[in-house]
This record gives sequence, structure tokens and C-alpha cells, in this order.
Amino acid sequence: MSANFVALTYLTAAVLFILALKGLSSPVSARRGNLFGMTGMGIAVLTTLTITDNVLYILLAITVGGVIGALVARRIQMTAMPELVAAMHSLVGLAAVLIAMAAFNNPVAYGIGETLHASNRIELFIGTFVGAITFTGSIIAFGKLSGRISSKPLRFTGQHWFNLLLGVLMIAFGILFFITQSWAPFLIMTAIAMLLGVLLIMPIGGADMPVVVSMLNSYSGWAAAGIGFTLNNNMLIIAGSLVGSSGAILSYIMCKAMNRSFFNVILGGFGGGVADANADNEVKAQRTYRSGSAEDAAFLMGNADGVIIVPGYGLAVARAQHAINEMAKLLTEKGVRVRYAIHPVAGRMPGHMNVLLAEAEVPYEQVVEMDEINNDFADTDVVLVIGANDVVNPAAKNDKSSPIYGMPILEVHKARTILVVKRSMAAGYAGLDNDLFYMDKTMMVFGDAKKVVESVIKALS
Amino acid sequence: MVNAVDPVVLNLSVFVLAIFVGYHVVWNVTPALHTPLMAVTNAISGIIIVGAMLAAGPAQSGIGTVIGLIAVALAAVNVFGGFLVTQRMLGMFRKKGQ
Repeated sequence: MSANFVALTYLTAAVLFILALKGLSSPVSARRGNLFGMTGMGIAVLTTLTITDNVLYILLAITVGGVIGALVARRIQMTAMPELVAAMHSLVGLAAVLIAMAAFNNPVAYGIGETLHASNRIELFIGTFVGAITFTGSIIAFGKLSGRISSKPLRFTGQHWFNLLLGVLMIAFGILFFITQSWAPFLIMTAIAMLLGVLLIMPIGGADMPVVVSMLNSYSGWAAAGIGFTLNNNMLIIAGSLVGSSGAILSYIMCKAMNRSFFNVILGGFGGGVADANADNEVKAQRTYRSGSAEDAAFLMGNADGVIIVPGYGLAVARAQHAINEMAKLLTEKGVRVRYAIHPVAGRMPGHMNVLLAEAEVPYEQVVEMDEINNDFADTDVVLVIGANDVVNPAAKNDKSSPIYGMPILEVHKARTILVVKRSMAAGYAGLDNDLFYMDKTMMVFGDAKKVVESVIKALS
Repeated sequence: MVNAVDPVVLNLSVFVLAIFVGYHVVWNVTPALHTPLMAVTNAISGIIIVGAMLAAGPAQSGIGTVIGLIAVALAAVNVFGGFLVTQRMLGMFRKKGQ
């Protein structure tokens, strides 16, 4: 097959990848978009098969990986999506490192020539260290998300200086590799990059993992693009850049939703102020609040014109998504307009809550993003906050001394009546008290989210 | 006459333009589909499988073939896992009464 023909089929694949992402602008076109993506990948792989040897072995390797991937895709629970995504980033990172090693081992095979040019060596260096950091960093992120590693930030004094020193050393060995073109500095550089990946992610706390996962998503794309540079393969460059910019944008959106700067997250250590905030809580614990039963809640919602449900990750932890959909259906039958309000960080990764609700068969038209629904709270009879806390804390708007001041919130406090389902009066993840709970128009309903919702269903029907 | 353009410069041109395309396409993705977006970008970054196949390709490169084949398998996990889990998630998003 001629090189031009191969390049043109690769171009077709790259266009199909762009269409795959474009499809995600609406749930209606998304599935077709995904089919475009699969077709693009199929074209790319088949074309490559025509220009390599060892076809049987390659097909065997694809089958092994493909079967594992397919099984995982079928069995994974939607609550575990962040872990799966992190694990997959690490695979791309490792694959990038391996490919760089193979290219260094045998440049002729890639049509790079007998020896590596200066530009090839720089590209190889960049592709390898980005891949290595992605590899180990994603493993740590996977460990933290799945609870295998403590999600607490791990810090020691001089950490940033130590990381900086490692970074400088890594570049030094990169330069040495550039000059000597030998294995030793290449491998040392790779090892340092892997260590750096671990050390960069360890100090970041569990609540910031949505940013970290998005960031590693971005890195995995840049690693693929870096390999594309080495192999002079435009399709890899395009696909890698798409993924890289996607991850970068998602990181930005997540940071903005938490009102934190990217560097603040990356340098780590959110959660350090929790102890102070807790001390503060003990003083405030004397404040009075109103509490009611699930039956009271059912009565209030059943007689409302409109109800907005604000789900937080606590809802998923209690596995109450299906029950809440059941409740929403009963309310709709009574003529109540039910909608869901989603904060960007409601789940554990971007868009996570939307998937969890979709899995529970909640129609997506009822699920509304923060910016679109915030103006509607003032005209809403009843808001049901379930498993969420910090994202509805009015202190983020009113109290300049609050650590979360400036964070965009769902303006639940403007509604006529607010119901909050919660296990107890304990503070949320940020360790802050929430004035919403003490408002005159707020009724607390204590208990496990799922049991409360089931009692509401019983009372409604 | 100027000299022929270095491939690195051509690669860089493609790279910069692709970032622009990615930027605009991704900002148009509805926030409700951000999780499927991450899953499908995982699959797309599995395109690195092409590099892995080229590494595993040459008939007599010994260790290079082995390394390449491992990379092929790793990337294949991403390709299949990524696209299939995206398809599964997208299948869950339905309208009222569907």
C-alpha cells in the first residue's frame, strides 16, 4: 500500500474522531458520534495491519487487550467510572513509554532513519517523560479513587523543592541522553519521571480527584501526540491533541466549579483546614433547626407546583438513585413539575451525577445544569437536597470569611421551602457548617437517603 | 528558492491546528455528557495502538517486537474498553417515556 494512501486513510480516521467528539454536543447525536469514533479506530488499525509484519501476533495482542477491555466495560459499575478512567490513563502512559523505548531500540522500523536526529531525540524525551508521569500518576489516582490508597493528602516538608530537584535531574538526564544517545540516561530519566508521577499526585486530596483525573486525561493525550511527533504520524498528533485539549478544558471547568486555581489544586493539600473548621462547628452546634419526618416531606412535595431535587454524591453512596426516580414519577403523576439541579462537582468526575441519574432511568430533560436552573429557585415551592452539602452552602455567596467564599453554588436558599435529607448535622466534606440548615424555611429529614426516599414513596402512594 | 520544510514544522502545524479544533469541539460538549467525553477520549488516546503495532511490526527486532506487542495489548484495552463503556453510558441517556 502506498504511503500516500495510508496517510489519507489516517486523515479519514482523524476526521471521524473529531466527529465523535462533536456528537457529544447532545445526547441525541452522541451514540452516532461514538460509532464514528469506532469506525475511525477500525480504519486506522486495519490500515496499519497492511503495512506491518507479525500480523498474527499483533491480532493476538489486540484480542487479549480487547477481551479484557470489553469485559471491564460491561461489568464496571457507574459509581466506579472515575477509577476506570484513571486506570485507562495509566495504560496509555505505559504504552507511550514502551513505544518510545521500541523506537529508540530500532529507529529504522519507524522510518526515522538509522540514527535519531536531534529533533527525534527531543520528541522521544518529551513523549517518554509525559507518558511515564501519566503512567504512575494515574496509578496513584486510581488507588486514591478506589480506596486502595488513603485519599488524604500526603505531605512532607520541602516536598515542592524535592519535586523541583527531581524535575531538574530528569531534564539533566534527558540532555545526557540527547548527547550520548545511550540507554542508561534514557532509563534513568524514565525512572525519575515515574517517581515524579507518584510524588505529584500523592499530596492531592480526595476531593480534588475530579481535577486530577481530568488533568491526567489531558496528559495521556499529550503523550499520544508526543509519540505522533516521533513517528511523524499526523493522525496520532491530531487524536492526541483532541484528547489533550479536552482534558485541559475539563480541568479548567472543575477548578472553576470549586473556585480554586489550577496551581492551588496541583500543589496539593486541600483538607488541611478541616481541624480548625471542626472546632468552629462545636460552637455552632447549639443552633436550632427544624426537623420533620419523611411523611411531612411527602406532604409538602405532593402539594407543591414545582420541586427541584438537588442530588449529591451521598445519594449514590446510599444507592438511592432508582428510589428517587420512583418518587419523581409519583410526584409527576400528581401534577408536580420535577427537575434535578446538578452542580458540576456533584459527582466524583465531570458529569458523573448525570450518568448516575441516567442509569436510574431519569429522563435527561429533567436534569438541569447549575447555570440554567439557578434563576428558577426563587420561584420554586420545594427543593429537596439529598446527599449534597457544600454545593448548596449560602456562605459561598454571603460570608467573605468562609473558605469556600466565591465558589459557585446552587442557590437553593432562595426557594420557598427547603427539605434536606441528611444522616445527622455533621459537617460536609470541606468541614464547614451550613447556614442553609438553620433557616426558618428549612426542614431537616434525618436518616439514610434511600430509606427516607422509600418512606416518602410509601406516603405518596 | 527556500529549502523543503522540515517534517517537524509540518507536525507542529498540524498539532497547533488540532488543538484549536479540539478546543472548539470540546466547549460544545454538553456538561451532562462530560463523563462519556472522558471515556471516549480514553478510547481515542488508544490510537497510540498504531504506534505500538509499528513497534511490533518488524519481523526481526527481538525485544522490540515483545515491547511492541505488550503496548498493543495495553492500548487495545483502552480502545475496546473506552468505546464500549461510552456506548453503554450513552445508551442510558433517554428521553421521557423511552
